[in-house]
Amino acid sequence: MTLFRQALLVAGKDLRIEARSRVAVNQVLPFAGIVLLLFAFALDPNRGLLPLVAPGLFWVAVLLAGLLAISRAFAVEGENGVRDALRLSGLDGAAVFCGKALAVAAQLLVLEVVLGIGVVVLYDLEIHNPLVVLAASLIATAGLAAAGTVYGVLAAGLRVRETLFPLLVLPVVAPVMLGATRAWEAALDGVPSEAWPWVQLLAVFGVIYVTIGWLAFGPLLEET
Amino acid sequence: MSSFWARRGTMVLGALTLVSLAVLVLLGLFVSDPDYMQRDAVRLMYLHVPAAWIAYLAYGVTSLASGLYLWKRTRSMAWDTLAGASAEIGVLFTGLTLVLGSLWGRPVWNVWWAWDARIVSTAVLFFLYLGYLALRKVPADPAVRAKRSAIAALIAFVDVPVVHFSVDWWNTLHQKGTVFNRELSPTIEGNLAWALLSGVVAFTFLYLYLLERRYRLAALEEAIEGRALDVAIAERRAEADAPVPGGTGGVPPTAAAGAARGRGS
Repeated sequence: MTLFRQALLVAGKDLRIEARSRVAVNQVLPFAGIVLLLFAFALDPNRGLLPLVAPGLFWVAVLLAGLLAISRAFAVEGENGVRDALRLSGLDGAAVFCGKALAVAAQLLVLEVVLGIGVVVLYDLEIHNPLVVLAASLIATAGLAAAGTVYGVLAAGLRVRETLFPLLVLPVVAPVMLGATRAWEAALDGVPSEAWPWVQLLAVFGVIYVTIGWLAFGPLLEET
Repeated sequence: MSSFWARRGTMVLGALTLVSLAVLVLLGLFVSDPDYMQRDAVRLMYLHVPAAWIAYLAYGVTSLASGLYLWKRTRSMAWDTLAGASAEIGVLFTGLTLVLGSLWGRPVWNVWWAWDARIVSTAVLFFLYLGYLALRKVPADPAVRAKRSAIAALIAFVDVPVVHFSVDWWNTLHQKGTVFNRELSPTIEGNLAWALLSGVVAFTFLYLYLLERRYRLAALEEAIEGRALDVAIAERRAEADAPVPGGTGGVPPTAAAGAARGRGS
């Protein structure tokens, strides 16, 4: 079986669990929604700040809700000895990493679409240069999913997982937050040329973390 | 014999640290002149800059030790202990760098905090390694924990330049022509440069001394854990080997202790 097919198997398994348990739909998405409302309360919609800072708020909301989704992706491994089963399955560590990252990325993309509609509707944001916005979002999502999966397996199975995981992963994904927000701002302000350096930064981040995950995921899955 | 020399070495290192710190106090507070622009606030730089240097040195040592642990030919728990000890000192000095910089910023820049690229990336670095230390604190089998920590340390190390560049970029895109010039000009006035140099030397000795102490402490902690296990095993063995006490007048120790407590009250 090729690596790609193995990865698809793992991703399919994770997405099937999500589709059946509906935790992402019933809990993570509503959480993201309430975060959007809270931002509006904090910044007072009447002052006209919301459309200006919408890209940043969008990415903070993605990050916060994404943390839940990634935690969830590893919580399902802890139940019923799935982790051991995964180790015994003979799948390549790199393939398991790619599969889990793909599943996380798919969930993040759904989250981003819903939140994107949310900021357009609630914060009165106009999307210019949709292509740049789309490219930045896709690449940022890849980076987030890869870094999240690496740290997810690092913290998986620990008793303090819920509190440790955000502390580990948030400083690491700070550049994604920064890059994606600036890229969106540049695109929405109508100067897409300024967005490209940030998209490149996001791409570099993504490549680094996919490489790290590819190399380190197997040993981490075995040892912990 | 080796422990004698180790103790001797620690004492020498400690003495060097004390002497160099005294020299720093002398040069930094009394001998060096106040800066033309920053006045006396410049004296904080003799601590701030060396603290930042030690933080980077400490993280470098952590990364190197983690790499040596992961490399199979040099794998040893000693590298893991060293990585942890060095990271702790690194976090301490990163925090110190931020606090000292803030104290310096208030009189010179008129703000406690500025969203300057280097400050922000130092703050991210602080949290990055706090996370690493938190991960180390999670109880686990030593070998598992060592491998996990080593991988986490290397990932953090890879992240440092990414954070640095992204924040740097963010800053340059935003403020054209920075207001604050944090760069020390290449030509520092004579006795100011000496004070700064003495700070770097003193802090480097301090780092080495603290690292040695922390490393020793961690090794002792591990030894105690191992010893406690040995003692417990020996006790169980003794229990199994001991003849069953018959009713020949010997009082079981717990009963005797209970009687003593009863009399005392």
